[in-house]
Amino acid sequence: MIPLAIVGLYLVTVVYVGVFAFRRAERKAGAEDFFLAGRSLGPFVFVLSLFGTNMTAFSILGSSGHAFTNGIVTYGLMASSSALIIPLSLFFIGTRIWSLGHRHGFMTPVQMFRDRWECGHIGTVIFAVQAILLVPYIIVGVMGGGTTLAALSGGLVPYWAGGALVALVVMSYVFFGGMRGTAWVNTLQTLMFLAFGLLAMVVVGVGMGGFGHVFSEMLDTPAQAALLTRERVSPWYFFSYTFIPLSSIAFPHIGIFCLTAKKLSHFKRTVVLYPICMLAIWLPCVFLGVAANRATEVPAIKAKLDARATLAAGGPALDAAARDGLRRTASGDDVMLRLVEHYAPVWLIGLLGASVMAAVMASDSQILALSTMFTEDVFTFYGGTARFGPNVQVQMGRLFVVLLTLVAYAIALRVPQSIFDLASQFAFAGYSALAPLLAAALFWRRSTKWGALAVVVWVAAGIAAVAAIQMHVPAPAGPPTVLWEVGGLAVASRAAAGLLVFNLLPVVPLTIGSVLLMWLVSIATPAPGPRTLARYF
Amino acid sequence: MLTALGLLVFFALHQDVWLWRESRPLVFGVLPVGLAYHAAYTLAVSIVMAVLVRLYWPSHLEEPDR
Repeated sequence: MIPLAIVGLYLVTVVYVGVFAFRRAERKAGAEDFFLAGRSLGPFVFVLSLFGTNMTAFSILGSSGHAFTNGIVTYGLMASSSALIIPLSLFFIGTRIWSLGHRHGFMTPVQMFRDRWECGHIGTVIFAVQAILLVPYIIVGVMGGGTTLAALSGGLVPYWAGGALVALVVMSYVFFGGMRGTAWVNTLQTLMFLAFGLLAMVVVGVGMGGFGHVFSEMLDTPAQAALLTRERVSPWYFFSYTFIPLSSIAFPHIGIFCLTAKKLSHFKRTVVLYPICMLAIWLPCVFLGVAANRATEVPAIKAKLDARATLAAGGPALDAAARDGLRRTASGDDVMLRLVEHYAPVWLIGLLGASVMAAVMASDSQILALSTMFTEDVFTFYGGTARFGPNVQVQMGRLFVVLLTLVAYAIALRVPQSIFDLASQFAFAGYSALAPLLAAALFWRRSTKWGALAVVVWVAAGIAAVAAIQMHVPAPAGPPTVLWEVGGLAVASRAAAGLLVFNLLPVVPLTIGSVLLMWLVSIATPAPGPRTLARYF
Repeated sequence: MLTALGLLVFFALHQDVWLWRESRPLVFGVLPVGLAYHAAYTLAVSIVMAVLVRLYWPSHLEEPDR
């Protein structure tokens, strides 16, 4: 009960932070204040909050779960590549978004696209695709909340109740605090998981008898030694993962967050410290996820390892339902929590649980971003604010926060897929393939609205096709099933983790296709007028 | 141009195929060599970013005329 009480105290604290931000904002309330914290965030809050916004349930639970199954490759796949690509994209693109936002008053990326490419309804199409792609990422947060509280309470709090509680808390502080409340909570969250990630590693390491001993044993066990190398994935698959971090700057919540800095110089510290923060969070998570393979004295982890062994031994002979059941049991999304629960003293379980909750609740920024986009890109654009006034606009934003959270929760109850797969396959891949939109808008004078439309339609169709294929072709128990072959070359295959195109993640052909379409369609259609271009170049 | 080339080389260093199947040695007695490499790579990124900020900061964007 003590861990649950500490987590409960943490949840009350973040709701209070939201309400405190609400009270502070009352005197100068307005859309820009609610949605962008009045473009006034200082360097400390900006750095930590921006990092916290990128660290979600995926980073903590998904990464340790993926490392539990796939080994150390998880760190190279997502952490070290993100540590390079995300700061670079903030340096080259984030700073320009900030500058244009301050000069022209933009509050969302779609506002910038509409102005840059002299379009109206095409902007609405971009909004719709961005919104649809963002919802899975929000669901990840709710799923993580349910998983975390269920694990921390030893099943006392069921998954559905944990997810509901987390959704309610996030909804509350976003509803009241807007961007200011969200940024403050994210700052607190980042400080918490920076502080306790390392602590978790030390405590679990001592409990397991020292990591040197654990990894030496793994090296001596052939079935587990492979987890300490990257031989479970191909170098091409590894390379294709470097496209995924392109999604970060294309996510609307990151683009919008770039507008909240008071000064451009706040980006300097962010891009330098970002890789170090990545190291501080991801290394312990991956490390613990891999080490969990030796934690057979933890009953829940033993059950996962047994399910994995059954799958490996008799997978092809099992029917699809049995395989799916075993995969769910073997999934490592709660492995970090199981380790902490088993090895840490009871007070520390609560603190560490609260830290994990902090990461899980980073979906707040996405909820707020969607609310901002809805009110600015749809409600205001189609005359709502002019007709009903700015106060109604803010209330619409709050109503949207409530509705969105309820929808995400309802979906989270029905989606059994692993946190990592869900997030990476749809939201990350889609936004990575949308990144050429930003690059074209900011760096290529000749880009046009028709090029932008072609990119958005291509990405939407591509993601829908990937989702449809994965739904209709069951995951194989063993090596990938080739779906389409030309001259002995596998064009499309279905692997356990999802669809592969030329043995690469679908994000690669999607992104390359986006670049080509933007180029070909833009050069075939009229460029924006010189007055518009003069404001951008 | 030289900077762009340098960034490309740095990106290529992320694809460390030469360590693909190596698990030994355990750096500091605990870190498999592939993981230690990428941890060091992450720290090196921070240094590269510090150099970029120092030499190529887009200061022309800093004066908003809103």
